Amino acid sequence: MTSGARQTALVPTPAPKPALMRIVAIAGVVVSLAGAVGLQVTRDRLYAGQSRETERILYVRSGEAVRRIALDFDALWADVYWIRAIQHYGGERLSTGRPRNYDLLFPLLDLTTTLDPYFNIAYRFGAIFLSEPAPGGPGRPDQAIGLLQKGIGVQPNKWQYYHDIAFVYYWHLRDFQAAARWFERAAERPNAPNWLRPMMATMLSASNDRASARFLWNQILQSDEEWLQKTATRSLMQLDALDLIDQLEAVARRFPPAPGETYSWEALIRRRVLRGVPVDSTGTAFEIEPSDGSVRVARTSPLFPMPENIHR
Amino acid sequence: MRAIRCIALSVFRESIRDRVPYNLVLFAILLIASSFFLGQLTAGQDVKIIKDLGLAATAVFGLFIAIFIGIGLVSKEVERRSIYALLAKPISRQQLVLGKYAGLVLTLAVNVAVMTVALYVVLAYMTWTTAAPLQTSWDAPGIDPRLLKAVFLIFVELMLITALALFFSTFSTPLLSAVLTLGLYIVGHFNADLRNFESVVESRTAAGLARGLYHLLPDLSAFDVKTQVVHGLDVPAGYLVLTAGYGALYIALLLVVAILIFSRRDFK
Repeated sequence: MTSGARQTALVPTPAPKPALMRIVAIAGVVVSLAGAVGLQVTRDRLYAGQSRETERILYVRSGEAVRRIALDFDALWADVYWIRAIQHYGGERLSTGRPRNYDLLFPLLDLTTTLDPYFNIAYRFGAIFLSEPAPGGPGRPDQAIGLLQKGIGVQPNKWQYYHDIAFVYYWHLRDFQAAARWFERAAERPNAPNWLRPMMATMLSASNDRASARFLWNQILQSDEEWLQKTATRSLMQLDALDLIDQLEAVARRFPPAPGETYSWEALIRRRVLRGVPVDSTGTAFEIEPSDGSVRVARTSPLFPMPENIHR
Repeated sequence: MRAIRCIALSVFRESIRDRVPYNLVLFAILLIASSFFLGQLTAGQDVKIIKDLGLAATAVFGLFIAIFIGIGLVSKEVERRSIYALLAKPISRQQLVLGKYAGLVLTLAVNVAVMTVALYVVLAYMTWTTAAPLQTSWDAPGIDPRLLKAVFLIFVELMLITALALFFSTFSTPLLSAVLTLGLYIVGHFNADLRNFESVVESRTAAGLARGLYHLLPDLSAFDVKTQVVHGLDVPAGYLVLTAGYGALYIALLLVVAILIFSRRDFK
């Protein structure tokens, strides 16, 4: 190495200014973050189905196994599984464009109640989730009854669980004898309200009428749980819609369409039979069957699906 | 006694310098953020979940402090060779071990106390913002003094884990001490299964051995009454006294053995 070259090598390169370095670093962070977010959004858009499939996987289905893994924190894990159960139910119920699949609902509720056996709302609201007929729920009243019986095993004096089983038999299974038996057992619990015994008598007279249903839902409306109140409110609105459907069908029968025409709201409005398109209590228009004038709640209505075989 | 107090205060000050109180900020953020989000996710179970989360976080943060500071209490002094300077002072090895233990317990006590206050503040806010008719659906009132029973047993459990960490730290490296303490923490939660081992095995020897291990290993599952207090179920005072007494005796045992081992160590 010549002396000139050595001199050049020894000359220190000027250090970059700290302010410039900071700006470069911040710019680097911003560009990296923006790039990462961009890639994330693209991936989520392109492979949306894949992440949905992952959400449907429940790695451990044994509540006992999770309880052991959870060490001291089983109640907290119960909360996590409860939130997952709500998200699973809500996500499937609100999903559009794909078949609704509630397969994970019962295992999630079972895990929740194994981890925290005193989680009352998980039994009570879980039973409502499970009993709800398709497409609003899995339509598994058997699993709902199983879940509530598990709750009875932990708290045998909780009259609400007996009442809820009676209700599942009455509302979803139409088994009035079984409903009466469970109302009777509920009435025998300490602190049970006095309206349970009359309900037993009503069940024994096989009353699948709207007055009984309305009475029961009104009792549930008095519940302390906000979500139970919401469910009761929706069911009472469904009963009101059933009453309205009966009236509208009577009107349609009384004013049949002219020969060559079909049943329609427009025709009834034109003939001044109706003032406008009739709507249910959520503001969604009823649908009328053009061929026979039967009226139904629209599939887009929050009241859909409607309960069946509840007579006036 | 004065020497123990001085060492304890020095351990407490060191934990403050090590930024241990940062976990309290994290705890507060966790609780406050949860109180805002949970209402949307939990179908009216937000107060129950805040209680679960608050008690679990108190136990977890305490566990990390107990293990990761506890394992370094003695071994760090040995590694740094500051033990020579300490032992040259007019303090006995026994006082050193007890002072170190008391210092970490003081740190944990302050930590648990602040977390408990933060939990009650968040619960008070949630009670205040929830309509009275909705509160009747709660298993227990929002501001429930019974939560203190769970907090008390969490604290006793943390004291026991600190004693375990200190015990291992008197003869082992920090890494091994952490592994052993964490291992015993996990085993301690499965310990209750050993009690009824005779119902699953035929061998009397195996059953006897299991029963022996049940009595020898710390029974940590007994300190967990979180589920009961959150649901407003009764935890008898007798249970609290017996469990705390069990914890105190086990801690005493661990400290005595730790002092014996530490007293016999040669630091040449």
